[in-house]
Amino acid sequence: MSTASAPRRRLSRRQRARVSRGLQYAVLLLAVVIFAVAADWDRIGEAFFDTEVIGELFPQILTTALKNTVIYTVCAFAFGLVLGLVLALMRLSPVLPYRVLATVYIEFFRGVPALLVLIAFGYGIPVALNTEVPGGIVGTITVALGLVAAAYMAETMRAGIQAVPRGQMEAARSLGMSHTRAMVSIVIPQAFRIILPPLTNELILLTKDSSLVYLLGVTLPTRELAKFGRDALNQYVSMTPILIAGLCYLIITVPLGILVRRLEARQAAAR
Amino acid sequence: MTAAAAVEVRDLHKSFGDLEVLKGIDLRIAAGEVVCVIGPSGSGKSTLLRCVNLLEEPTAGQVLVGGVELTDPEIDIDAVRRGIGMVFQQFNLFPHLTVTENLTLPQRRVLRRSKAEAGEVAASGLRRVGLVDKAEAYPAQLSGGQQQRVAIARALAMAPRVMLFDEPTSALDPELVGEVLGVMRGLADEGMTMVVVTHEMSFAREVADRVVFMDDGVVVEDGPPAQVVAAPRHDRTRAFLSRLLDPAAGPASGDAAVKAAGPAEHGAAP
Repeated sequence: MSTASAPRRRLSRRQRARVSRGLQYAVLLLAVVIFAVAADWDRIGEAFFDTEVIGELFPQILTTALKNTVIYTVCAFAFGLVLGLVLALMRLSPVLPYRVLATVYIEFFRGVPALLVLIAFGYGIPVALNTEVPGGIVGTITVALGLVAAAYMAETMRAGIQAVPRGQMEAARSLGMSHTRAMVSIVIPQAFRIILPPLTNELILLTKDSSLVYLLGVTLPTRELAKFGRDALNQYVSMTPILIAGLCYLIITVPLGILVRRLEARQAAAR
Repeated sequence: MTAAAAVEVRDLHKSFGDLEVLKGIDLRIAAGEVVCVIGPSGSGKSTLLRCVNLLEEPTAGQVLVGGVELTDPEIDIDAVRRGIGMVFQQFNLFPHLTVTENLTLPQRRVLRRSKAEAGEVAASGLRRVGLVDKAEAYPAQLSGGQQQRVAIARALAMAPRVMLFDEPTSALDPELVGEVLGVMRGLADEGMTMVVVTHEMSFAREVADRVVFMDDGVVVEDGPPAQVVAAPRHDRTRAFLSRLLDPAAGPASGDAAVKAAGPAEHGAAP
C-alpha cells in the first residue's frame, strides 16, 4: 500500500472513520464497565425494582391508577375531538365572525399552559363564580384538557379537510348532496384518514398530560398513574413505584406509537 | 324550437376577478340532443359546462335546465342538480368507498332510496358499463378508464335528465379512451341529452347532433358536425381544427387561417 512509500502519510478517510468508531465503542464500553463495578447493585435493585413493593402496588396500579389515566385521557380526547371539529369547520366557514372566533380561540388555548387552564377550571372558576364544573374530577379534567387539545386538533383537522381534493366536494354537490351532507359523508371521512397519525400523536400527548390532574387534589379512588406512583413513593420510600408507573404509561403509549407508524406506512403505500 | 329546451343558456357571463372567461353565451339544447363543445384551452368551455349545474356561479345571465331557472336565487339548487349528471376529467370517485358504495351512497342520501333498491340500481348500472366484477373494488384498484366508467354509472344512478361531460377522456391513457367513449355512445343512442366538452373529434363527428366551437369566451360556430368539423366557416375554427389534427405543424405553419387565429389565442390565455 501507499504507506510503504510514505510512512508518515495521513490515514485514509475510511481508516480514520474506523479508528473514530473504535474509540467511541471503547469509551462506551469503559463507561458501562465503570458503572457496573462502581454501582451498588443491591441498593439499586432495591430502589428501582423492589419486588416486595411491586407486589404491594398490584393490582391497584392497574385497576385504579391505569384505569383512571385511561378514563381522563379518553374523556378529554373525545371532548377535544368534537370541539376541535367544530372549530375547524368554523375556521373554514365563509362567515367572517366564525373564522375570527375560531382563530382567537385556537391562538389562546394553544398559547397558554394546560396547567394554567386546569387551575382555572379546578380553582379559579369555582372560587370566582361559585360554581363547579359538573362531573367532579372527571368533568373538570375533561373540560380543561379538552379545551386545550381542541385548539391543537382544530388546526390538524382544518389541514386535513383542506387536503381533500376540491373535486370530491364538487362531485358530491353535482350528485345533489347539500354542502353539509357532502361534508359529513364525503369530505370529513377522507380528512380523518389523512389526519389519523397526527391525531394519535395528540392522544399520546394527552395521556401524559392527564397526570396534571394531581393539581385538583385527587382522592384515593380517583388517583391516576403519576399521583399513584408519587403516593407510593412516600409510603415505601422507594423509587420502584415511579418506575412501574412510568412503565404503565408505556403500556398505553407504545402501542399507540406502533399504531401511528402502521397508519403512516399504510398511507404511504396507498399513494 | 319553442318547446322548453332541456338546457338553455341566455347571455351568460362569467368573470374570475378581472378575467372575463365567458362573454355572453347563448345556447339551446333540445331534449335528446347530443352537443359537443370544442375549443382551445382557456376558451371557457369547461366554465360554461360548470355553469350549467352551478358549480360556478355565473356573473350575469340565465341558465335554465328543464325549464327551471337555476340562476334564480330562490331555487333549491340541490334538487335541480339531482336531474343533472356530471362526469369530471379527474373522475372524482370517492376513494374511501367501494365501487358499489360510490353508486349507492348518493342514491340513499339524496334520493332516499332503500338499501335494496339502491343496490339494484347500482348493479344494473355496473352491468351497463361492464364492471360488475369490480363491484367490491376500491377506486384506486381500477384503471383510469374503469374509474371513469364507474363515474358515469354513478351519475346515471341518479336518473338524470341531462348529462354533462367535462373532458371525460382527457386524463386517460390513449388505449383507455375507447371504452369510455363506447359507454357514452351507448348513452347517446338511448336518447340521453348530453353536453360533452371534448377534444375527441371522431366522437364529435360521429355521435354529436351539434358541435359548438368556442374561443375566447364566445361561441364562434354552432352547427351539425358535418359543417363545424368537416367544413368550418370561421377562420378560428379552421385554425383550431388544423392544430388539433396535426399538432406537430404548430402555429407557424404558414396557413392563413392559423395566422388569423393568433391574436385570439393570446387573448384567451389566462
